[in-house]
Amino acid sequence: MSSVDTPLLAVESVTRRFPGVVALDNVSLDLLAGEVHVLLGENGAGKSTLIKILAGVQAPSSGSIRLDGREVHFRSAGEARDAGIRTVFQELSLVPTLTVAENLLLGRLPRTWGLVSMRKLRAAAGQALARIDANIPLDVVVSSLPRSSQQLIEIAKGLLGEARILILDEPTSSLGTRESEKLLGIVRKLRADGLGIIYITHRMHEIAAIGDRVTVLRDGAFIATVGAQLEHEKLVELMTGRPVEKLFPRSERSVGETLFSLDDVVSSQLANVDLEVRAGEIVGVAGLLGSGKSSVGRVAFGLEKLVSGNIRLAGSAYRPRGPRNAIARGLMYYPADRKVDGLVLVRPLLENLSLGSLIDVGLARFGLINRRAESLSASGLVDALDIRPAHLWRRAELLSGGNQQKAVLSRGLLRDCAVHVFDDPTVGIDVGAKVDVYRLLDRLACEGKALVLISSDLGEVIGMCDRTYVMHEGRIVGELSRAETSEEALVSHFFGKSKAEQHDSASPVLVLGGTES
Amino acid sequence: MSPSNIAPQRETVFGAARSGSRNVAAVLLRAGLLPILLVALILVFSLLAPQFLAPANLINISRQSVFLLLVALGQMVVLLAAQLDLSVGATIAVTSVVTATVTSSLTGGDASVVPLGLAVGLGVGVAVGVFNGFFVAVVKVPSFMVTLGTTSILTGIALILSKGAPVSGVPALFTATLATGSVFGIPISVLIGIVIAVVVFIVLSRTTFGRNIYAVGGNSSAASVAGISVTATLIGSFVLCSVLASLAGVLLTARVASGEASLGSSYVMLSIAAAVLGGTSLFGGEGKLGLVILGVLFLGVLSNGMNILHVSSYVQELVIGGVLVAAVAIERLRTQVFGT
Repeated sequence: MSSVDTPLLAVESVTRRFPGVVALDNVSLDLLAGEVHVLLGENGAGKSTLIKILAGVQAPSSGSIRLDGREVHFRSAGEARDAGIRTVFQELSLVPTLTVAENLLLGRLPRTWGLVSMRKLRAAAGQALARIDANIPLDVVVSSLPRSSQQLIEIAKGLLGEARILILDEPTSSLGTRESEKLLGIVRKLRADGLGIIYITHRMHEIAAIGDRVTVLRDGAFIATVGAQLEHEKLVELMTGRPVEKLFPRSERSVGETLFSLDDVVSSQLANVDLEVRAGEIVGVAGLLGSGKSSVGRVAFGLEKLVSGNIRLAGSAYRPRGPRNAIARGLMYYPADRKVDGLVLVRPLLENLSLGSLIDVGLARFGLINRRAESLSASGLVDALDIRPAHLWRRAELLSGGNQQKAVLSRGLLRDCAVHVFDDPTVGIDVGAKVDVYRLLDRLACEGKALVLISSDLGEVIGMCDRTYVMHEGRIVGELSRAETSEEALVSHFFGKSKAEQHDSASPVLVLGGTES
Repeated sequence: MSPSNIAPQRETVFGAARSGSRNVAAVLLRAGLLPILLVALILVFSLLAPQFLAPANLINISRQSVFLLLVALGQMVVLLAAQLDLSVGATIAVTSVVTATVTSSLTGGDASVVPLGLAVGLGVGVAVGVFNGFFVAVVKVPSFMVTLGTTSILTGIALILSKGAPVSGVPALFTATLATGSVFGIPISVLIGIVIAVVVFIVLSRTTFGRNIYAVGGNSSAASVAGISVTATLIGSFVLCSVLASLAGVLLTARVASGEASLGSSYVMLSIAAAVLGGTSLFGGEGKLGLVILGVLFLGVLSNGMNILHVSSYVQELVIGGVLVAAVAIERLRTQVFGT
């Protein structure tokens, strides 16, 4: 961190009121040149409002913003941009049908004699990408690129011209481990170039990895600015306002017999996979995007075709025939994308909690729903998982990402399944909700269930799993005991023995919808 | 602030953000617009034509609306599942020809003619529904295409069976019971309509099948992952729709006392109009039965009132089409207000 007397950016007592609500209450924060300042808070804490104010999208109700010590008032996003504040929002703003070069210079295409100069366009676009060392072809259409490349284009676009401050809103939420690492590398480079960076993330390990300082918001109010090396538990405590003993809860549990095993399983994404999970165990499956880790769950649940091999479930042979059959046999799978495969967003929370379970758990007899029993059961689940707001009749789409995820995971409490397969259960949800999810995992393991945790969050794999299989190009390339599991060990296995480049984002399995209020 | 205080406060926030003039519009758009329009329509017609509110005319409206009610309820079920059934009109036609052919072959005073005619007619509905449902749910052809094809197939069958001419000789008992018969002054067909509406209401709101229709229509992928059989649910919803169309076909046959291949084609558009007027989402997963019934009544009153006022049938076509476009526009406005 370079020490400068005047901060690059100073937010002083900024308040933003909406009719009937204070979204941001007297928040102050300063950003130095060459600093990565992490903004941390649960969904609804006010992070988005603060970013929108800095980006000129909204005006503060009171308080001031100083850039290089001079007070500024942005009347539009364009003014903030011209002042050097560049924001990369979570929803990308690229035009999918235009080329990379066209997208980069959209709105300021270089012209010669009134016509777009392709030569100048390519040169300027190439420069923009070179600034972040991104190796992306200029002439391909953006929609044909993986999400990670699109994210890089968006950042390159933000850096055009005189950029001084870069605001990144959860830039890694939809990226795999390797893509995220690359992005963090770019952030470090930009910091070294002297940019001030405001970085929003829900991934705890990224905070210490690239952050210098952390400012925590809760319910719109400023809580604290602390060093980025503070323990995770303390940060979570600041965010949630409740004491957190452990980010990764881990009760004493006894390991029993094998409940779930794959033997020489082959599918279009998997090559000779052997895997075994015992009662009371949480077994991790880690790997890069496209490593095939998601296919482990999808094949077992019957969503992807099993080509050959054997699967055993609770002691007997099992052949996947689809979700309905799998659940009946005691295998529950929780999909990675809660919005696409998890919830019926237009229906109320109540109906989502009992989705597909009514008959099996005795809430309906002869096809008739016992509505009183259903709503009692739903209230129980809402309490058990602390789903907020606890309005059973509100549409699921109105819940925050973390609460939506809890609604999907509640199926594990409602139905008595022996084996539970989670595909990235904490992607894009805030840390308070993550802790609730981890408690649920621990609780299920304590009850003697066998759990598979497919995850791209290394911290979570290290913190939660008893054993971890690492996958690469559809194969299991390593099995690590809890003691052996570390970031270094996992990452070194990620790249397998052969060239890792070939499978860069080859799989569409991780299409994630992180949400931020 | 302690964590327990957070949820209620966010709630008031939510309420407050929607206060003011937008709130009035929101309430009106959520449910209130259709009832208000219906009342306005009734007021206008009763002012313009005093005989409009006469008991005989009101019974007439309900009698005429039963056919559309049955078809619209079926269409609603299919729309809830995020599908569309364009073949309801042709289903009515085939049902009419088949029912007339079978019942006319029976000897005059045979008492079994009513249940037999109903069974045969509804059987046609089951067959059509299974056919449509199979291609949509198993072969995975878009329902728009499948039911467009089915429309042509069924129309062809109806014309072949009837040789292009009305099938006459429908027993008088059949007509007397289902078309002109009444209990305590209420036409039997209207009673059938009421019973069916109650049954569909219970199916949609109280049974797992109904719940599954909403879930599959709202997000079939999530429904499947949660363990719901999407195939069975889709086939079931098409069967329910076709059976209701067939029931309308049987009642229409009794009313015109013959089997006609030209019967029912107008109900395709009208049934979609009534369902959408009643706020049923074209994207599936959302819709309330009570409002669809109001949509049916609205169209029934509109058509009856225009008849009384001697509005030409050409103009009537134009007005009803305009109402449908307006309904879709309102639906769009509604999703914009409540979309996120």
